[in-house]
Amino acid sequence: MTVYVKGVVFENVNFEDPNCWRLEEYVKRGGYAALKKIINDKITQDDIIADMKTSGLRGRGGAGFPTGLKWSFMPRSFPGQKYLVCNTDEGEPGTFKDLDIMVYNPHALIEGMIIGGYAMGITVGYNYIHGEVFEAYQRFEEALEEARAAGFLGDNILGSDFCFQLHGHHGYGAYICGEETALLESLEGKKGQPRFKPPFPASYGLYGKPTTINNTETFASVPYIIREGGQKFLELGKPNNGGTKLFSVSGHVNRPGNYEIPLGTPFSELLEMCGGMRDGKKLKAVIPGGSSAPVLPADVMMQCTMDYDSIAKAGSMLGSGAVIVMDETVCMVSALERLSYFYHEESCGQCTPCREGTGWLYRVVHRIANGEGRPEDLDLLSRVGDNIAGRTICALGDAAVFPVRGMLKHFRHEFEDLINKAQKAKGL
Amino acid sequence: MLEIEIDGKKLTVPGGSTVMDAANSIGVHIPHFCYHKKLSIAANCRMCLVQVEKAPKPLPACATPVTDGMKVFTHSDQAVTAQKGVMEFLLINHPLDCPICDQGGECQLQDLAVGYGQSGSDYAEEKRVVANKDLGPLISTDMTRCIHCSRCVRFTEEIAGFQELGMANRGEFTEVMPFIGKTVNSEISGNVIDLCPVGALTSKPFRYTARTWELSRRKSVGAHDGLGSNLIVQVKNNKVMRVLPLENEAINECWLSDRDRYSYEALNSQERLTKPMIKQGGVWQEADWQTALEYVANGLKQVVAEHGKDSVAAVASANSTVEELFTLRKLMAGLGVEAVQAFARNADFSVKTQGAKWLGQSLEELSQNEAVLIVGSTVRKEQPLLAQRLRQAVKKGMALSLVNVHGDDLLTKLAGEVIVRPDQLLEGLLQVVKAVVELKSVAAPAGIDLANVVVSDAARAIANSFEGKAKAAVLLGNIAQTSARYAEIYAAAAALAALTGAKLGVPAVAANSVGAELIGADLGGNVFAAAKKAYVFVGVEPEFDAHNGSQALAAAKQAEMVVVMSAFQSCAMDYADVLLPISPFTETSGTFVNMEGKAQSFNGVVRPLGETRPAWKVFRVLGNVLGFNGFDYNSSEEIRDEALAGDTAARLNNTLTSAVAVSAKSAQGLVRLGEVPVYQGDAIVRRAPSLQATADAALATTVRLNAATIAKLGLVDGGKAIVKQGQGSAELTVKLDAGLLDDVVRVATSHPLTRDLGEMVGAVEVLKG
Repeated sequence: MTVYVKGVVFENVNFEDPNCWRLEEYVKRGGYAALKKIINDKITQDDIIADMKTSGLRGRGGAGFPTGLKWSFMPRSFPGQKYLVCNTDEGEPGTFKDLDIMVYNPHALIEGMIIGGYAMGITVGYNYIHGEVFEAYQRFEEALEEARAAGFLGDNILGSDFCFQLHGHHGYGAYICGEETALLESLEGKKGQPRFKPPFPASYGLYGKPTTINNTETFASVPYIIREGGQKFLELGKPNNGGTKLFSVSGHVNRPGNYEIPLGTPFSELLEMCGGMRDGKKLKAVIPGGSSAPVLPADVMMQCTMDYDSIAKAGSMLGSGAVIVMDETVCMVSALERLSYFYHEESCGQCTPCREGTGWLYRVVHRIANGEGRPEDLDLLSRVGDNIAGRTICALGDAAVFPVRGMLKHFRHEFEDLINKAQKAKGL
Repeated sequence: MLEIEIDGKKLTVPGGSTVMDAANSIGVHIPHFCYHKKLSIAANCRMCLVQVEKAPKPLPACATPVTDGMKVFTHSDQAVTAQKGVMEFLLINHPLDCPICDQGGECQLQDLAVGYGQSGSDYAEEKRVVANKDLGPLISTDMTRCIHCSRCVRFTEEIAGFQELGMANRGEFTEVMPFIGKTVNSEISGNVIDLCPVGALTSKPFRYTARTWELSRRKSVGAHDGLGSNLIVQVKNNKVMRVLPLENEAINECWLSDRDRYSYEALNSQERLTKPMIKQGGVWQEADWQTALEYVANGLKQVVAEHGKDSVAAVASANSTVEELFTLRKLMAGLGVEAVQAFARNADFSVKTQGAKWLGQSLEELSQNEAVLIVGSTVRKEQPLLAQRLRQAVKKGMALSLVNVHGDDLLTKLAGEVIVRPDQLLEGLLQVVKAVVELKSVAAPAGIDLANVVVSDAARAIANSFEGKAKAAVLLGNIAQTSARYAEIYAAAAALAALTGAKLGVPAVAANSVGAELIGADLGGNVFAAAKKAYVFVGVEPEFDAHNGSQALAAAKQAEMVVVMSAFQSCAMDYADVLLPISPFTETSGTFVNMEGKAQSFNGVVRPLGETRPAWKVFRVLGNVLGFNGFDYNSSEEIRDEALAGDTAARLNNTLTSAVAVSAKSAQGLVRLGEVPVYQGDAIVRRAPSLQATADAALATTVRLNAATIAKLGLVDGGKAIVKQGQGSAELTVKLDAGLLDDVVRVATSHPLTRDLGEMVGAVEVLKG
């Protein structure tokens, strides 16, 4: 269930209408006005990028890198093909926002990518869609056809000499393909494994050409920024945390779903919007930004506002905006066991610390969760984690370690209790 | 140039260098596994993590570009902690079965574990077990030991040209494996063993036969192609146990062909001849050297006396050393015999050049050409490392093209490829000549009639690839060199080189082809065409090492006297009168002159087996027995200095001494394409069991035809066919080869199955078997 509260990506979308995603409805909501404005008013590339910088829009995929700044890195005068890529390989456990954008408002993404192509002088784009949401891929292809037929996409857009080709591409469900360079490898038809950086995609990206990669929600926010101005977008949120953001709320709340709210909204308000805790249970902890974000205990979380800076200050990450809410019944060891299993399962196996370390982490947590824990295991977990984090080709290694660190920081006693029980059972 | 500091040492390095390059340049060792100077950077092992000032986390030295003013710490706490952390991860799933691992003692993981490992492990879980893979007869696998550095994978893709190994599955279940149901068949596959930093890939023939620290390492030179690869021959108890490359950037780089790596197995074979033998009354009897040599001396003297000096011919392998060929020639000259032939595989002896034919340039210069055309060559099998060298040059921009008689994949990008029938190789080359003449709007070269030549688009593409190229080369491969129309092909190639400003090069077929020409061991033409009364065979088996094996065998059988000097007993038992055991290249000192004209001397690495003697010593004694002057050499060095006296480089010259009339002819009907298979080239290789078990060796037992010819002849792919040529026939398995033209019948020469057939290229009949 998707709930629009006050936002830009789902601005005026009537989720009850099965045709709400169609071009006709999108245009009625003011869609493609931004593109028309650019073409008709001959707005310059520099102006667009300046507006993007003003907006304070930060990458919605998880890293939160300022989008305008990223766009300015693209060598606009590069002779030869450049590529624009949208990362819809949404695979972070707890995250399901891009899926709804694809299903309910795909044209916002398409328009955003066209504007991005215009701003950076790029003529070809790809949207890499997670393999496990095939219907979203199919809908995207339909939407692309509508945009092409209407002259918004393809050669000589809206009668100008600007051309932009956009293609859909679906992966096969590997989490690692959400890492932007693994995504590029996969898009090229190779095994999805991250590349080492540098070089970064802005200089050596898809097929070795300069490439800009943004998240679905990021692109879908662009039309609003161009139409209404970067300043207005910024003011929706708070300084350095411009605009609204989609939060995928899951777990023990009454109404899980996507909530698009201004950045800076207190977590307590978001929890209320979700109908509060299910069955009147007590809030125990929240993972505020997808499975790789360190868990925060209820008291810390209730003091946070939902924006990059506040969550970072509390010791976690806003990430992709996946809010996993856990009530008092949750065993944190079991929760970590499941998370660690995920990273063990999704490691691409390319570099040593992640390939060997994620399995080790999982096995130790699994051991503790199954009454086989040993007193030295918690120190071991910390040490193994320290040997993974910051030593790998991509961030998956870090992502596997953060949840471990978060759990041990805030819920160490639960691990110790299980280990003590195990020791007692063995008569030690 | 960038100024940086590594561990407090200041240095300047060129822009684009990595931290690893910079560290190597000042001799600072950074531990690593996946990094290899000849392979692309993978940065996956993470062993080379170092501390870089201002970087928040340790960075991989192999993949981090140097920036100006960078300060690197390779042994700081941060760096060593990271390196030790990686080592711990590498070891948790490594079996630590070093005592029974063939890599033990020469294992990078073992070595680095000394510095970066712990004495105990905190890993209490079950270790990973990975199923072994069948990579063929040369490479043994223990995949549980694999640390996933991907060197082998990158080697097959980047150096060997075709990715025969890949990383399957993900995470800790990642496995290196070949394509399902396939083995690794590259002609340079053994290099993955050297590249593997652990005992996952080891040598199958060598496995469990010795510990590395028991082996002495002795230098030698490759004896099976014209490259002159530098070798480390490893010896235990006077037995060659293993052969490894000795790095020489100018020749074999750090690589070795499988042929040079595994041929040593034959040196220890049961087929070795270890005592002189004389046939008396049709019965073979062992003899002492004195008796045998007197028998030979008297016999040869008698034949010359009775039938004249032209009734005797010496045929030597072009893999014989300079010293052997020189003393042989000197001995024959003493008898008055002129015919000393080290090129029995050739058919046309009318090419006369101003000096010894050679590559026309060094191997390193060859790599720097902007355009290269190879005429008539199965390059990968003839000169495996030359093919590799060209492959790397193509990546750097060389336009490589082929005029060839089959479509075998060189595993690199080609600028153009003209494929013709084997009896039309000249005509294929003339297409290119004419295309260049047309492109440049110049007159046809003197003596070359281009009137009937029809230029194909492929020939035009080749002509275009030479346009505006300052450095270019035209090379004649083994198929061109053994052609019955070699003189015309040579003249056409020389004309093409002149037109395009290219250098003409002749990559030597054998280890000492250039040396043989320098010494003049190329006389007598086809010594089997008109049979002689006596033959001296030095390291050759005429039925396999002559252009027309059945003709050579018949000539040997009718001769009154046949002296066979060989390291092996062989079917020479049928036709020889005396067998003299001579040293293979590992048991004698000697010199090979490689294709670039470089003389490389080497020592024997083991003592001669049994009563085997180096051939040059045998000739010395024979000279003395015969009472000839000038045979009192004390060492092979004395012979070498006499044989290669003066400026040998000045005696390398590919310029024709006189013009050759060249004209195109048409051809039709079934025609044999006979090549020497990669593992049949000489007496040693033929007896190396592991090489004989390879896919390449199996290919030599087939008759290959294209689909249309298979259909036309009523054959079935995989079925049997009988190939008839002259009086001989051979029953072979039919194999589809889509790269052949219609009516081309590709049947190996120099092979036991095809021994009764005739010349390499000629009319054949094919019947359903």
